[in-house]
Amino acid sequence: MIGGGATAAGMGHLAVMDDSDPQFALTSYSQALWSELAPQLPPDAEYLPCGSLWLAADDEEMAEVYRKFAFYQERNIAVEVLDAKQLAEAEPNLRRGLAGALRMPSDSVIYAPCAARWLLEGIPVFLGHQVSEFTDEGVEFANGHRFAAGSVILATGTAITRALPWVPVQPRKGHLLITDRYPGFLHHQLIELGYLKSAHSVANDSVAFNAQPRATGQILIGSSRQFGTEDSTVEQDILSRMLARAIEYMPGLPTLSAIRAWTGFRAATPDKLPLIGLCPGHSNVYLATGHEGLGISTSLATGRLIADHILGRLSAIPREPYLPGRSFDGHD
Amino acid sequence: MIIVVGAGPAGIAAARCVLECNLPVTVIDDNPAPGGQIWRGEAINLGAAQLLSGTRVVAIDGRARTVLTEGPGGPRTLHFSKLILATGSRELFLPFPGWTLPGVFGAGGIQALVKTGLHVAGKRIVVAGSGPLLLAVAALLRRRGADVRLIAEQARPAALFSFAAALLTNAAKLKEGAGFAWTLAGVPYATGAWVEAAEAEGHVRHVHLRQGNRRWVEECDYAAIGYGLVPNDELHSFAADSEHVIPVPTGDVDLATLEGAAAGYEAAGQPRPSAKLERARRFGAVLARAFALDPELRSLPKSDTFVCRCEDVTLERLCGWDSFRAAKLHTRCGMGPCQGRICGPAARFLFGWQDTSIRPPAFPVRIASLVTTTLATNGETS
Amino acid sequence: MATINLLVNGRVIAAESGSSVAAAMLSSGITTFRTSVSGEPRAPLCGMGICFECRVTIEGQDHARSCQITVQDGMVITT
Ligand SMILES: Cc1cc2nc3c(=O)[nH]c(=O)nc-3n(C[C@H](O)[C@H](O)[C@H](O)COP(=O)(O)OP(=O)(O)OC[C@H]3O[C@@H](n4cnc5c(N)ncnc54)[C@H](O)[C@@H]3O)c2cc1C
Ligand SMILES: Cc1cc2nc3c(=O)[nH]c(=O)nc-3n(C[C@H](O)[C@H](O)[C@H](O)COP(=O)(O)OP(=O)(O)OC[C@H]3O[C@@H](n4cnc5c(N)ncnc54)[C@H](O)[C@@H]3O)c2cc1C
Ligand code: FES
Repeated sequence: MIGGGATAAGMGHLAVMDDSDPQFALTSYSQALWSELAPQLPPDAEYLPCGSLWLAADDEEMAEVYRKFAFYQERNIAVEVLDAKQLAEAEPNLRRGLAGALRMPSDSVIYAPCAARWLLEGIPVFLGHQVSEFTDEGVEFANGHRFAAGSVILATGTAITRALPWVPVQPRKGHLLITDRYPGFLHHQLIELGYLKSAHSVANDSVAFNAQPRATGQILIGSSRQFGTEDSTVEQDILSRMLARAIEYMPGLPTLSAIRAWTGFRAATPDKLPLIGLCPGHSNVYLATGHEGLGISTSLATGRLIADHILGRLSAIPREPYLPGRSFDGHD
Repeated sequence: MIIVVGAGPAGIAAARCVLECNLPVTVIDDNPAPGGQIWRGEAINLGAAQLLSGTRVVAIDGRARTVLTEGPGGPRTLHFSKLILATGSRELFLPFPGWTLPGVFGAGGIQALVKTGLHVAGKRIVVAGSGPLLLAVAALLRRRGADVRLIAEQARPAALFSFAAALLTNAAKLKEGAGFAWTLAGVPYATGAWVEAAEAEGHVRHVHLRQGNRRWVEECDYAAIGYGLVPNDELHSFAADSEHVIPVPTGDVDLATLEGAAAGYEAAGQPRPSAKLERARRFGAVLARAFALDPELRSLPKSDTFVCRCEDVTLERLCGWDSFRAAKLHTRCGMGPCQGRICGPAARFLFGWQDTSIRPPAFPVRIASLVTTTLATNGETS
Repeated sequence: MATINLLVNGRVIAAESGSSVAAAMLSSGITTFRTSVSGEPRAPLCGMGICFECRVTIEGQDHARSCQITVQDGMVITT
């Protein structure tokens, strides 16, 4: 099924990020590619140029806002600092007393399964076929059929370790919940800055406030991050903690009608960078996985980098930081 | 504690049998009062059972043996030793042009509304669809003073004959049938017939009927159309593998009551075989065959007919997908608040798709109802 | 049966106590309960809390299923 993996489960926030320079390079390059495509996207891709707000609850987080502001300004990304009053005007349903926010006007939101379907238009797709073997000459399906190819790209998400057990990708479970339609309740993609703290801790299950306006008027609420489980069950205690956290930020949420909760698995790597490029030991097999919580944002850039390699072109950004054969020493 | 979900005939019978075995029982039901579909609005005595009305079960954790409920007092997590799921059934609705117009109800739908206060005196009503329910509904409407224009039953006479033959072996049903016949004297009963379209601006004013090659128009104030029943089995899929969860198959009142009783005894650890139950099951099977849907009904919806009423997804947009999940992901069919309860069974009939992705909450609930922990236990985010 | 009053879209309608909000609204001649995603008028279908076509705002609560809620004197409802 097209877009049936993590793509069906994710939030589809198209964001520029500053965790590291290579992460910034990939996300900002990819965002430029998304903006180019935006006018052609079909309506069901629900592209919404809503911008993001990174929320600072206190002065400590406000310091982070200013740090990010400087980072992006230096790199020519449009950003804006909102003080408490401006934030309250921008998002009246946030609780009073937040310190402020960083606004990233060029971030946006998309409905990824339909965008994926659109990107595949005109390309032969063999649905319902599992690849059981791959070589530099092509792939073999589980039903025994072979398919010859000049290049093979493994973009199987978290399933990559089934084919290549050495690849350092781990599933990182996330919970999301969507509401009925409440147009105008929310205007930007909101992310708490505490997110950074919790997203970085690998040891514990963590939740952080994350809310997104959908083109339908629905509100998508996230999210959790959990390692060590491959069970896709919605866990009531995690869901509960996640929602309690969201309610701390948006006191009007409790009376909204929740339609559905679900989970998905991000393909996480030790250094939080994806695996893009030639698969070690192969001459025609490429990897495109390990994007963790940014695989929609960075999808277009990922595709370009691999295409550049195959076609022998120069790339717009350096490809080395994402090569699958890189060293992960120092990351646990 | 044994918990029963559903206070219809099946759930009530189950609770009574648990009590009979001297065990405590709690009954949870979504409706404001017990009775389920058929005893809606009637006085029900549940004896020593604890009844939680206006309360729905929104999730089951089979491992922890808990149910999460949303009710007047907010969310609650209840532990169970055994859980009986007597959640009954809903109607099967088949999409046709105009089925979304105000004034087009389900057959059981208008029955439920009449039982909760809808006035139908003097209203011209067309009853259509399939199953013995149509007769019960038409009889009720007539007793309440409605002008029942006709009953259109999709099953053909040959199929109905097997049902009539089975009736002759079932004295109670025969008597009930005779009662309907008496009440409905003079109302045309067209077999192999169905409503092809409902029309008018903003509200139904007439319906187009078809019986074989014959087509005609019938004016009406309301149309009551339902194609039989679909089990409410969404909760079952949460805990399908738990041996502590007992799903109760539903059916007409008699079968539901017997199935409920069997589940009650089983939950109490005192299973009792019942010859009556076996007979009722056989009768239920005859009924299902007699009223099997005519494949021609698949051509009722036109390309611009909405199949999903929550998200307004047309038939045309659903064609070309190979599963309900794919259609859902790419068209939003089934993603609205009814969570596919209406379009899912319709799509199953039209395309043969099974809805495989049931997720909590089983019902849309207020977000507050999903917050069962306090922030004090919220680990690092507290 | 005792009669009570509901306020629907600012208009007073009489209802029998014990009836559902949906039945009371229909009986008083209200035909449209909500507007669908594509702008069609919609009204109750299933009568039993499943289809969500009877959603209205009751006492400020959006998306309330009127067929599952019993009328109360003075209840404020908007469609
Ligand atoms: C809760 C959550 C929130 C997220 N939020 C965001 C966000 O806001 N922004 C963002 O950019 N990203 C987000 N993500 C991440 C993003 O969704 C993923 O990074 C992205 O969807 C990955 O896409 P993919 O194509 O690599 O993998 P997938 O979508 O998982 O696709 C892999 C495909 O490969 C197929 N496959 C696997 N093995 C085989 C085989 N042997 N043969 C044939 N086919 C095979 C699978 O069936 C599947 O269809 C989120 C993820 C989660 C879980
Ligand atoms: C609309 C309709 C009209 C019908 N009319 C007739 C008729 O006139 N004559 C006849 O013989 N048969 C009729 N039937 C068939 C009817 O299902 C049976 O006769 C009988 O009611 C079955 O009993 P039950 O206990 O299995 O289910 P029900 O009577 O349907 O009871 C199930 C109960 O479970 C509750 N429930 C479901 N899910 C949850 C949840 N998650 N949480 C809490 N509560 C829940 C429901 O609200 C309901 O009260 C009708 C069916 C329908 C759908
Ligand atoms: S009429 Fe279907 S939910 Fe109320």
